[in-house]
Amino acid sequence: MTAVIEVKNLTKRYRDTTAVDDISFTIERDAIYGLLGRNGAGKTTVMSILTAQNFPTAGDIRVFGESPYENAAVLSRMCFVRESQKYPDDATPTHAFRIARLFYPNWDQGVADRLIREFRLPMKTRIKKLSRGQLSAVGVIIGIAARAEVTFFDEPYLGLDAVARQIFYDRLLEDYAEHPRTIILSSHLIDEVANLLEKVLVIDAGRIIMDEDTESIRGRASTIVGETSVVEEFVAGREVIHRESLGRTTSATLLGALSPEDRTELSLAGLDVLPVSLQQLIVRQTQNAVHTDEGALR
Amino acid sequence: MVDEGRPLFLQIAESVEDSIIDGSLSEQEQAPSTNELAAFHRINPATAAKGIAMLTDKGVLVKRRGIGMFVADGARELLLTERRSAFADRYLDPLLDEARKLGLGPDDLARLLAERARTATTKGTSR
Repeated sequence: MTAVIEVKNLTKRYRDTTAVDDISFTIERDAIYGLLGRNGAGKTTVMSILTAQNFPTAGDIRVFGESPYENAAVLSRMCFVRESQKYPDDATPTHAFRIARLFYPNWDQGVADRLIREFRLPMKTRIKKLSRGQLSAVGVIIGIAARAEVTFFDEPYLGLDAVARQIFYDRLLEDYAEHPRTIILSSHLIDEVANLLEKVLVIDAGRIIMDEDTESIRGRASTIVGETSVVEEFVAGREVIHRESLGRTTSATLLGALSPEDRTELSLAGLDVLPVSLQQLIVRQTQNAVHTDEGALR
Repeated sequence: MVDEGRPLFLQIAESVEDSIIDGSLSEQEQAPSTNELAAFHRINPATAAKGIAMLTDKGVLVKRRGIGMFVADGARELLLTERRSAFADRYLDPLLDEARKLGLGPDDLARLLAERARTATTKGTSR
């Protein structure tokens, strides 16, 4: 696998807050990444630095092996779909797509036209007057039709209803399958996108707390449910990341895969094992990080 | 259809195996492509590819260069043998666990099983 993006010891400080705290990671070619984390964790800051829309305080960034700053050759190969993209006051979607077509060398007008129909986007209305969902649709259409070698989608679905989000996921996956490229998707709706992701980067308080294949995270944690004393006996000495009790029943979420012996023991003890979704796991992990690291930015 | 607890590529592989076992995908027929599986299950193509790779390693699918994946000769028999040997672990053990909890012995289970099998057959023939 070749890396399209390499980040080494990246830090970004604003006055007295540290938004990104000495992180290093690489993004491999032609994979779909999930960039996940809570609000204010540093996701947008990282993406805007990688696309040269913001400056790092310290650290080294390479995109296609080069620095992205004032580097037109690198920037035309990247597309950043921002949550709060600004357009000129009198621009319509027609104008926005015309400019995108000029800027992105791999632009596919057929894909754009189809998405415009599917999202029922009014082409002659000024972008300023569009609804939040229609505004998001403009960004999503540009992001998919641009076929840039690296595409960032930063919370691209704001205001999109469930049907429109499904159109986005389906068309993205379809187009990616035919034209593999690197996609970095930042999202809060982790359960919705989990199956699309090949790799997951989780940022919390400006640091990377998870950088792994999605498949290897599956089955990483499980929840054990049963009578409190029996559950406690089983979880003793294991890493419990969450615990809840109701009457005499306790549910404990454990980190670490269960062995076949564990499973036999659990079933003999009459304990139930529930799977933990990627979203649940990340919620627990990022909750914990806040408790253990109070000095960091939230 | 997705079960959070198990690797997704295994579930994809099993879904293809199920079609071979129930005959909806016959031997020598072309199997769904990685991209078709990815689109249908709404999953990353790399995950679907891993499921397909598992089936080729097992000898269930064979690759014909430039055309695609095909169901191998003898694939159904191979899968039946494998599933039959896993049957006790997968279905009987949980059944026995629950029965033990409820105080049902092996004789009770045998009786229940015979009853159920009877009603299932009559339902089956009336359809």
